[in-house]
Amino acid sequence: MSDKRIVVIGGGLAGLMTTIRICEEGLPVDLVSFVPVKRSHSVCAQGGINAALDMQGKGDSPWEHFDDTVYGGDFLANQGPAKRMCEKAPEIVHMLDRMGLMFNRTPEGQLDVRAFGGAKQKRTAFAGATTGQQMIYALDEQVRRFEAAGQVKKWIGYDFQELIVDDTKTVRGVVVMNMNTMKLETLPATAVVIATGGPGYIYGKSTNSFINTGSVATACYLQGAKYANGEFIQIHPTAIPGSDKDRLMSESARGEGGRMWTYKDGKPWYFLEEMFPAYGNLVPRDIATRTIYDICINQGLGLDGENKVFLDLSFKDPDELDRKLGGIMEIYEKFVGDDPRKVPMKVFPSVHYSMGGMWVDAETDMTNINGLYAAGEVNYQYHGANRLGANSLLSCIYDGFVTGPAAVKYANEVKPASDYDALAEKFLGQSEKLFEQIYAMDGDENARKLHQEMAKWMTERMTVVRHNDKLEELEKKLVELRERWNHIGIADHSKVLNQEAIYVKDLQRMMELARVLTVSALHRNESRGAHYKPEFPNRDDENFLKTTIATVSEDGPKISYEEVDTSLIKPRARNYAVDKHATETEGEDK
Amino acid sequence: MAEKTVRLKIKRQLNADSSPFWEEFEIPYGPSMNVISCLVAIQENPVTRSGKKTTAVAWECSCLEEVCGACTMIINGKVRQACSALVDNIDQPIVLEPMTKFPVVRDLVVDRQRMFDNLKKVQAWVPVDGSFDMGPGPKLKESERAVHYELSKCMTCGCCLEVCPQFEKDNDFMGAQIISQVRLFNFHPTGAALKEDRLHSVMGKGGVAECGNAQNCVEACPKEIPLTTSIAEVGRQVTLQVMKDWFLK
Ligand SMILES: Cc1cc2nc3c(=O)[nH]c(=O)nc-3n(C[C@H](O)[C@H](O)[C@H](O)COP(=O)(O)OP(=O)(O)OC[C@H]3O[C@@H](n4cnc5c(N)ncnc54)[C@H](O)[C@@H]3O)c2cc1C
Ligand code: SF4
Ligand code: SF4
Ligand code: FES
Repeated sequence: MSDKRIVVIGGGLAGLMTTIRICEEGLPVDLVSFVPVKRSHSVCAQGGINAALDMQGKGDSPWEHFDDTVYGGDFLANQGPAKRMCEKAPEIVHMLDRMGLMFNRTPEGQLDVRAFGGAKQKRTAFAGATTGQQMIYALDEQVRRFEAAGQVKKWIGYDFQELIVDDTKTVRGVVVMNMNTMKLETLPATAVVIATGGPGYIYGKSTNSFINTGSVATACYLQGAKYANGEFIQIHPTAIPGSDKDRLMSESARGEGGRMWTYKDGKPWYFLEEMFPAYGNLVPRDIATRTIYDICINQGLGLDGENKVFLDLSFKDPDELDRKLGGIMEIYEKFVGDDPRKVPMKVFPSVHYSMGGMWVDAETDMTNINGLYAAGEVNYQYHGANRLGANSLLSCIYDGFVTGPAAVKYANEVKPASDYDALAEKFLGQSEKLFEQIYAMDGDENARKLHQEMAKWMTERMTVVRHNDKLEELEKKLVELRERWNHIGIADHSKVLNQEAIYVKDLQRMMELARVLTVSALHRNESRGAHYKPEFPNRDDENFLKTTIATVSEDGPKISYEEVDTSLIKPRARNYAVDKHATETEGEDK
Repeated sequence: MAEKTVRLKIKRQLNADSSPFWEEFEIPYGPSMNVISCLVAIQENPVTRSGKKTTAVAWECSCLEEVCGACTMIINGKVRQACSALVDNIDQPIVLEPMTKFPVVRDLVVDRQRMFDNLKKVQAWVPVDGSFDMGPGPKLKESERAVHYELSKCMTCGCCLEVCPQFEKDNDFMGAQIISQVRLFNFHPTGAALKEDRLHSVMGKGGVAECGNAQNCVEACPKEIPLTTSIAEVGRQVTLQVMKDWFLK
């Protein structure tokens, strides 16, 4: 076999699809993941995957899907890649179906589809309310085939540390750690694909889990990779607050007819239906979230004076609910104790997804480091200022189709490193030094407490509503926390699965990334999609129809901007009270 | 008034070869706590109930909503997921132990690689030609889809193996998880292309015949997968295959 190898970091949907495409193109893969790939966080995805299959003869088309995506993203998505993704979507759903994914069916045996936010057409294919789990399994099985054939080697329980980059800014390998032995190792690579998912854990509690630290993207950023649109963090409108994480109640609940309400003047008030007659409960997430936030925080109309509103399915047929939404019915029952078939669910917004991520080239998914690619949630490319529900699973898979072949093409052309061994030695030494430092930490700061402080500040200031003065204070706070990180004390000095040492390493990176998000937000003086500043309540295309780029420097993130590709659909006002085409004529509405 | 607390008793083991020991913890109680948030509280302040400084307890998790299978452990004597074990619903002290049928890595973390290796042995996949565009997949009746969706929810947690009297740390028995996956893929119109191979791999040593029909597995499965039905069905398929092999000899 070829001596060229591609290292893929991450075995979620994006990493698995990329791996499959690389194998099909004939190169071997080293697949690195700190959890068994089947347990990657993509399993959490509930609602489904978008594809304009037009299963109901209503004239849906990839162009409509593309237009919804761009409009929903408030025109910040690069239109070339977004269009190609929407065009590929029907093929992708068919491929998954062929791989055995148990999508729900119509009585005729065809794929069933349901409604999702920000779209008038039903175009979300789904497997109950555990679509992500079923997708991961289908791809995991295909990768296992390649593994059995010797083309994939899995490195499970290995934690990525840093890239091995030479002075031509070309990636030559990675440093990883076997978590069971805490031993650092190097893997040579002709190309490296980062597919490590989102950074929700920065905020402490979110719909993500403890493993979504964004630590790998941050490590790449600290080594010179650009980070784009960091300020665009999606807050999902409907989650159930928990003691460890906030559990999502999928948008598919509203797609299947769920209604949001609270009491006003003693009577039920269906606020989304009243305020946004054209889209009702299926307005995009940024809008639903801001509305709920305003109702609870500013108007004090949350249920029982608490920050909660109803998401109501109790009027629906319970059998249908089990068939189409079984997964989330069970989650609510298990974790809250009430039966959502009988009583309305109580929900509140929670941090959910990062539209921003590593900057990549629109055609190839290559970052600004030669041979380094990014795929999946960690890539910033498709969703602009706000992601539509059920578009993320799609972008993860689509990225595999872009990244895989592009990385293979690159690997077949690039010249080998001149002195790999010396280079690898150098980076290995660097990583070893960091862990020596961590093992020697005996200060009096508590790492978990530092994280809680960061999470509180970030949740208060870097979510739904943003003010420049508060963001400035936040940045100062993050710098202070980063300094205090040096004075952490650790209790565990073991060389076997030392989760404390690994966490302390990740905490440092989360602090760096938090600062990138904050500084990016500070510089964008407008309101667009998920980024809302009351001081600048309008979208400002003249000054900010552009991608934010953060680059590492001695004094923190340096911000610059890049043109957005708007070559296909001219930006127009975004108003979900009326049909999305109603704002096409200039001068109408706001 | 004394503050409400949660008491835990945890079986620890510092590495694969060292001997296990017990530690007790007492942590502040909070609303809607689960076993995971207890373990996080110990991470924040790794001090035992008697005030001795110790290290945080290692455990595995990913989804935190009972769809990934990572956090499986023995809680008050019963194997289950820590994330869906709510403190309000279980007795204290909460007793946590690692699974016993897999080698311990550290504390509550075990190595379940054997389950993934077995998936390879039985070719638990649909042999598609490739990812390129070849049009829609095979049509399926919704009623059949619904049955097989249930089977495909298996999250490789290992609860069914932990409780199985036939499955031991160092024998070959594959257990209910694998047998049920064989049923799933043999059913699929394209997956059925490998049906004979799959049946051969569960025919001999470690295969379906070794199941003693104790039915513990079906009761332990958190995803309520009809494991004994799968075992019966695959057993039947194997019998037919044995006859077929014999006639073709
Ligand atoms: C609760 C929930 C519900 C959702 N529902 C939907 C939905 O219905 N539809 C939709 O389109 N989207 C949905 N999303 C969003 C979507 O699920 C995610 O954006 C997507 O699954 C991310 O996939 P990924 O492959 O990029 O990353 P992940 O699945 O998170 O995978 C990351 C991989 O990287 C590995 N990794 C990370 N760090 C390291 C490291 N340091 N070293 C080694 N390996 C590492 C992990 O082990 C893992 O294998 C949902 C998200 C959540 C949280
Ligand atoms: S029925 Fe078979 S597989 Fe299940 S527990 Fe009993 S012996 Fe094990
Ligand atoms: S069959 Fe059930 S108990 Fe067994 S591994 Fe799968 S989900 Fe777990
Ligand atoms: S963390 Fe996934 S099942 Fe508990």
